[in-house]
Amino acid sequence: MSERITKWPGVELSAADLSEGKVTQTRFRPNAKYAWSAGEAMSRFLAELQDGRLIARTCHSCKRTLFPPRMFCEECFRPTDTWTYIQDTGTIETFSVSYLDTDAKRIPDPILVGVISLDGASPKMGMMHYFGEMTKEEIRIGMRVKAVWKPWEERRGSVLDIKYFAPLPEGKK
Amino acid sequence: MRVGIIGIGMTAFRPSTPEYSWKELMFEAASRAYADADVDPRTQVDSFITCAEDYYEGFGIFDEFTPDQLGGALRRVCTVTGDGLQGLANAFMQIQTGLIEVAVVEAHSKASDLITLEGIVEHALDPIWNKPLGAHPFVVAGLEADAFLRGTKTSPKALAAVVAKNRRNGLRNPLAAYGADVDPEHVLRSEERFAPLRALDIANPADGCVVLVLASEAAAKRLHANPVWVRGIGWATDSPGLETRDWVQATYAELAARMAYRLAKVRRPTSEIHFAEVDDRFSYKELQHLEAIGLAKRGEAGRKASKGEHDLAGPLPVNASGGSLGCGNVFEATGLHRAAEVALQLRGDAGTHQLDGVRVGVAQSWRFVPSSTGAVAVLGVGR
Repeated sequence: MSERITKWPGVELSAADLSEGKVTQTRFRPNAKYAWSAGEAMSRFLAELQDGRLIARTCHSCKRTLFPPRMFCEECFRPTDTWTYIQDTGTIETFSVSYLDTDAKRIPDPILVGVISLDGASPKMGMMHYFGEMTKEEIRIGMRVKAVWKPWEERRGSVLDIKYFAPLPEGKK
Repeated sequence: MRVGIIGIGMTAFRPSTPEYSWKELMFEAASRAYADADVDPRTQVDSFITCAEDYYEGFGIFDEFTPDQLGGALRRVCTVTGDGLQGLANAFMQIQTGLIEVAVVEAHSKASDLITLEGIVEHALDPIWNKPLGAHPFVVAGLEADAFLRGTKTSPKALAAVVAKNRRNGLRNPLAAYGADVDPEHVLRSEERFAPLRALDIANPADGCVVLVLASEAAAKRLHANPVWVRGIGWATDSPGLETRDWVQATYAELAARMAYRLAKVRRPTSEIHFAEVDDRFSYKELQHLEAIGLAKRGEAGRKASKGEHDLAGPLPVNASGGSLGCGNVFEATGLHRAAEVALQLRGDAGTHQLDGVRVGVAQSWRFVPSSTGAVAVLGVGR
């Protein structure tokens, strides 16, 4: 609606009209369940996450350290060569402040999300995650951050085993 | 301009592949295809085409996830939401434009990742007409099998002969997941599923990936390849409605074959085509498809099958690879797998299921229940 339009012509439907079946409709909930095989690279990556470590794969041809790890180098089109641990510190590559949740409802405390280039991986390689212990006024591109891990017993072999990335104080590792 | 297949790569077909992600599965088949064609995908391939349906994959816009493991990063990539033979048709046309010299077609199945396979297939039914009935989606195949058997006066024993042949052929194909020494009596005694179809009439799901490299005649020459030519290709869709389609005949296959034969200048398929790989994901489909693509008269395919005419040593070998009954149902990869098998036969590279002296073969695909879409490719070697 706007200042000039305050009411649309016709009969407005409420959510209740739909749930009470006052509107002709066909409902179907697809029975679609999947369990993806994570494969060689992702299985190791997820297992290492549970142990609080980030692991990458190195390609000896282009000398890049690929993160997330993969068994093939997309640049050289050949199998990658070695497992390489990288650091859980990095630099904010890009970020956004999300004022809406996935249901498009306004969030009282906006979510800070972004992509972090991780130390030890090749440039522009890292992960997307949340940021914490900082305000939307403080966050900036190029900011140094470090992973804040969930306690060991709460980790599930998921990217959420990292709670968020927090500011890394100047001079700290 | 002639277009040929210059590289063939396949993984083994397996009931499940827990050691591989679907990306790693694709990388293996792609690596094999590029080694076979002796091409570097990073510098010598102009276009990459994948064939996938998001619902089978389990996430949206699947085409975004395909380039890396095919060697197509930062290159021209597109996805055909259809069977692998439809992807082959797309590659054929891309090369015919003259803009693309070497194209790659990929199709795969990671059916073992699907916990509710029937639920996914059911989701393809019409939401207003058919879904509310809540029947298992394979009932559609049962309905069609019944119409086909009655409409063509085919005996269920002919279906059993198809199953026994294809499962046994699978024993000779090292890539097949379900090769077995099954005799027709086993089939006729197996559990009833969707009458007249029994348990052994239905192909079991499998994982696997197929990648083909195609090239224009000039590019094939430059790459010192020995191509299997795509002489003709066609595709068609019958009515999507279960209430309005032709249940006895596979009209889509008939129309697709008409187009493919016209391009390939095939006038008498029974004498010009030496062998066939046709969709047999339900046993009756093999017979129905053979009749639709003119390799048997109406009502004759079953009698020929019962007489052993489609055996490896018969006058028209059908599904020498083992088909889907022997190799497994690899969903959107089914048609591309058949094209690969036809190409291997024509090159003389089919191993222990190699047929003697074959020069022209046909691959035919169907997009599985409840679809009425199919494609046909005529492949050949020599002039």
